[in-house]
Amino acid sequence: MSKPRTIIEKIWDNHVVAERAHAPALLYVDLHLVHEVTSPQAFDGLRTRGLKVRRPDLTIATTDHSTPTTPRGLPIVDKIAAAQVERMVQNAKDFGIHCYPLGSDKQGIVHVIGPELGLTQPGMTVVCGDSHTATHGAMGALAFGIGTSEVEHVLATQCLLQKPSKSYQVLVDGALKPGVSAKDIILALIARIGIGGGTGFVFEFCGSAVRALSMEERMTVCNMSIEGGARAGLVAPDDTTYQYLNGRQYAPQGAKWDEAVARWRQLPTDDGATYDKSITIDAASLEPMITFGTNPGMGIPIRGAVPNPSDITDPLERDSLARALVYMDLAPGKPLLGHAINVVFIGSCTNSRISDLRTAASVLKGRKVNPNVRVMVVPGSQQVKEQAQAEGLDKIFRDAGADWREAGCSMCIAMNGDQLQPGEYSVSTSNRNFEGRQGKGGRTFLASPMTAAASAIAGKVSDVRELL
Amino acid sequence: MEKFIPFESRMVTIARDNIDTDQIIPARFLKTISKVGLGDQLFCDWRYDAEGKPKPDFVLNKPETKSCKVLLAGDNFGCGSSREHAPWALTQYGFRAVISTSFADIFKNNSLKNSLLPIVVPPDVHAELLKDPSGTVKIDLASQTLTLASGRHVQFPVDEFAKHCLLEGIDELGYILQQAPAITAFESAHPALIDTRG
Repeated sequence: MSKPRTIIEKIWDNHVVAERAHAPALLYVDLHLVHEVTSPQAFDGLRTRGLKVRRPDLTIATTDHSTPTTPRGLPIVDKIAAAQVERMVQNAKDFGIHCYPLGSDKQGIVHVIGPELGLTQPGMTVVCGDSHTATHGAMGALAFGIGTSEVEHVLATQCLLQKPSKSYQVLVDGALKPGVSAKDIILALIARIGIGGGTGFVFEFCGSAVRALSMEERMTVCNMSIEGGARAGLVAPDDTTYQYLNGRQYAPQGAKWDEAVARWRQLPTDDGATYDKSITIDAASLEPMITFGTNPGMGIPIRGAVPNPSDITDPLERDSLARALVYMDLAPGKPLLGHAINVVFIGSCTNSRISDLRTAASVLKGRKVNPNVRVMVVPGSQQVKEQAQAEGLDKIFRDAGADWREAGCSMCIAMNGDQLQPGEYSVSTSNRNFEGRQGKGGRTFLASPMTAAASAIAGKVSDVRELL
Repeated sequence: MEKFIPFESRMVTIARDNIDTDQIIPARFLKTISKVGLGDQLFCDWRYDAEGKPKPDFVLNKPETKSCKVLLAGDNFGCGSSREHAPWALTQYGFRAVISTSFADIFKNNSLKNSLLPIVVPPDVHAELLKDPSGTVKIDLASQTLTLASGRHVQFPVDEFAKHCLLEGIDELGYILQQAPAITAFESAHPALIDTRG
């Protein structure tokens, strides 16, 4: 009998191309996702060296980050962004890479379209010049973000020099209560371990609560692995995974499908395999979560109180919290519930899939958003948009007074025209609440689509459970 | 890549934990298609006021910090996004090393590819450095030694391969390209799972 292995070790072992003394392993990449922001300098590097893209058939491009979410017929107002978006299309053309550009019916946030098109598959290694690449781990893939130098390495060689990460088991057992969602699982984890808690690790999310999640919910959980410091987070594939993947554009067909499923069934962690670290979360005890501060670890249950810096002994930690409260203009010891807001953003690679929109729509249906709140609903991809419209969700959002937009990263990253004004507060379904993340001087409360929708109606931070 | 040689410099200290890449370089500057010209935007929202004028109380705007090559920061430096614009901005400003008690994984990888040395020190050393925030330190990568203003020598960890690349000015891509035969052999044994062009 060979030594029991985790799924993380199995995927790693399957992709080692070469191991030399005094150097990291050379790891093969099965899927490389490319977008407009972190790739132009990498393509320029290839040109300078006279190199080609080694495997255009394993590479896919789209535009999402600096891409506006205004009607597609309109030109991009920001000339610098327009040049970047055009450069992506030109680079894809010059190097023979398939691109779903602005205007394509399959364009969207790179981490939404990968799974949606069936490109991301169990057991794969997936990389992208974006830290939320961890999203694809929901499919049972080892997926992580890389910098632009590494984008160039992968374009040129389909490989990366890598050292194995340590493994971190996140065991979530029990049943979530009504009003509590996948987003709350990951926000609760990060609040417990802190934003550096997973540094050097890959999370494996397991347990009955994770098994019970849909694929899209698993994507939400894996997406924010990086907010806990882990470059990757994954869920071992199961029937939920295969049902999601079967029939998608790039998924194997016919006999190849059966062979693939048989192979994928070997991936889950073996009995007796050990993790470098573990944590247990009781799903039934979770409540809707919301962040109050300027990093995603500064989260509390929706009815909790903002912590007090004077309760913290470590000087830099105390200072971080005090600074965060100054930036957010919040008083310690008070609840966030009821705090007035200006904007609600429902979207981003964390929460812009069809199930997120259905959930938000179920709360907004027959209700009106508060007139003091600007509400933006941004589908993660044009396919999500089409589906939502086919189901009439766009009408629910519009009737409620929300703005229904085109696909893109939108107000998660505020480099595409969608942003907060200085001093504004948002409840946002995105993944980062850093200072200025949603626009210079903007203040972000991260939460689930349900909490965001409930807060949109009330015009203040709200507990969705009051509406259920 | 430039060879990493020993040097001595006064430090610039930003004693904050969890300095994220959105603070190092805000996303709105990521619309560039170039690697250069990012030094002026380093820590932009902490460094300049609403009119774009330097804030006199921010450390990088103090005349005495000009030409400092070492940044001392709090724990978990570089957390957040994978943007390599963060080490580009730091190096273009003039930094060659950042000292902290820990670094985010992707930032650390990106830095090592840009001749920016992330130096991890234990909490007691960090505390000593913070007591003299503009103190002079010496950094010798070959011996992995940080010398504090007090004369105290501290060994710091660095990945063996990254160290070799930094000292010799070797670019990793060249090294990977040398392994093309192994990559071809791997590809022959592992048929592609997808064809994105189909």
